[in-house]
Amino acid sequence: MIALLIRDLRLAVRAGGGFGLGLAFFLIVVVLVPFGVGPEREILTRIAPGILWVAALLAALLSLDRIFALDHEDGSLALLATSPLPLEGAALMKALAHWLTTGLPLTLAAPALGFLLHLAPEAYGYLFLSLALGTPALSMIGTFGAALTVGIKRGGLLMSLLVLPLYVPTLIFGAEAVRRGAEGLATAVPLTMLAGITAGAFALLPFASAAALRVNLR
Amino acid sequence: MGYAQTMTRLTVTDLSCARGGIPVLDRVSFAVDAGQALVLRGPNGIGKTTLLRTLAGLQPALAGTVDLPEEEAAYASHADGIKATLTVEENLAFWAQLYGSAVPESVYDAFDLTTLRLRAAGTLSAGQKRRLGLARLGVIGRKVLFLDEPTVSLDTRSVGLFADYLRDTHLAAGGIAVIATHIDLGLDAPVLDLTPFKASATMAGASDEAFL
Repeated sequence: MIALLIRDLRLAVRAGGGFGLGLAFFLIVVVLVPFGVGPEREILTRIAPGILWVAALLAALLSLDRIFALDHEDGSLALLATSPLPLEGAALMKALAHWLTTGLPLTLAAPALGFLLHLAPEAYGYLFLSLALGTPALSMIGTFGAALTVGIKRGGLLMSLLVLPLYVPTLIFGAEAVRRGAEGLATAVPLTMLAGITAGAFALLPFASAAALRVNLR
Repeated sequence: MGYAQTMTRLTVTDLSCARGGIPVLDRVSFAVDAGQALVLRGPNGIGKTTLLRTLAGLQPALAGTVDLPEEEAAYASHADGIKATLTVEENLAFWAQLYGSAVPESVYDAFDLTTLRLRAAGTLSAGQKRRLGLARLGVIGRKVLFLDEPTVSLDTRSVGLFADYLRDTHLAAGGIAVIATHIDLGLDAPVLDLTPFKASATMAGASDEAFL
């Protein structure tokens, strides 16, 4: 299993691998928002948690369709499916590789970008924590969406439509945790829910992804 | 489909398979013993690829059974599954690691890849890529190979190299190979012409809809 993870990470950092794409997108959105809504501190402080979470979510979405599409095009998906590695394990490793190349950099970069949006000082810890808890779920749900649409030409649009509604709970609880943190309220409930979504996604979706892949490989 | 644990022997009994919901082959039966190869022949569209994919377990059979030792089958398709930005060595090392084996040095000689080891696979020619794709079979150590047009884009010398590898290394060690090919590999192998097994257009049970 670790072989697939290492290969995917290696592919991501080589030319054309798309590492940094999500991060750059995240940066651009967050830098553009103050230009769009104006520089008033109060407004930016209020919308910062939501903007940061929406931008992180869209950045994660950006690289999802590569998860299985490239392997399907060059035939390695069929070879993986006939290898000793169960497809469930392959899906899990693909999600993990996606998180390591997208979710983790986003989580690490978010506090710096929060500064650009005048995020309340109390909220930085919660921003980091909520992204760390929530972005793995984005990668895993996205892997499932990618598995459903593998083999479809220009499947990216369909995948976005399938995946975005599934992202909504993560977004709500993630942004809510940061907002409550900024206002000094209790954050245990949204953070617990966020962790629950991630745990549930990792428990169930590798199996669903593998089943979708098997159907699509026929 | 039952995968019985027996000695290395591939037995196919009354196998029917479909492609895209349309039955293509009906009641194919054959057996291949350890150390033997079987060459599949037949016109385009007869179902050679479909049969190989069914044997490899990528798609379910409509009917019939395939008996082969568990965890011993490997499939090689038209596409080689090569990652363009990885080097030849890295490509082979990945498959070796996935199958829990090591890359034997002899594989580079057998497929004439010695001088290409550190080249990015994306810079290889079509024939060189194909040799790399076939070298994967020498790395993963599986006994039963299902090969779909393995010699496409290979020159005469490379075809010879591949035939030598199959005969002297794979089959000599008790392996099995089922090969769909249009050219003569020079193997001493029986030929199975699939034309008589063509399914009739009215055959039932053809839908492969996932949720029916």
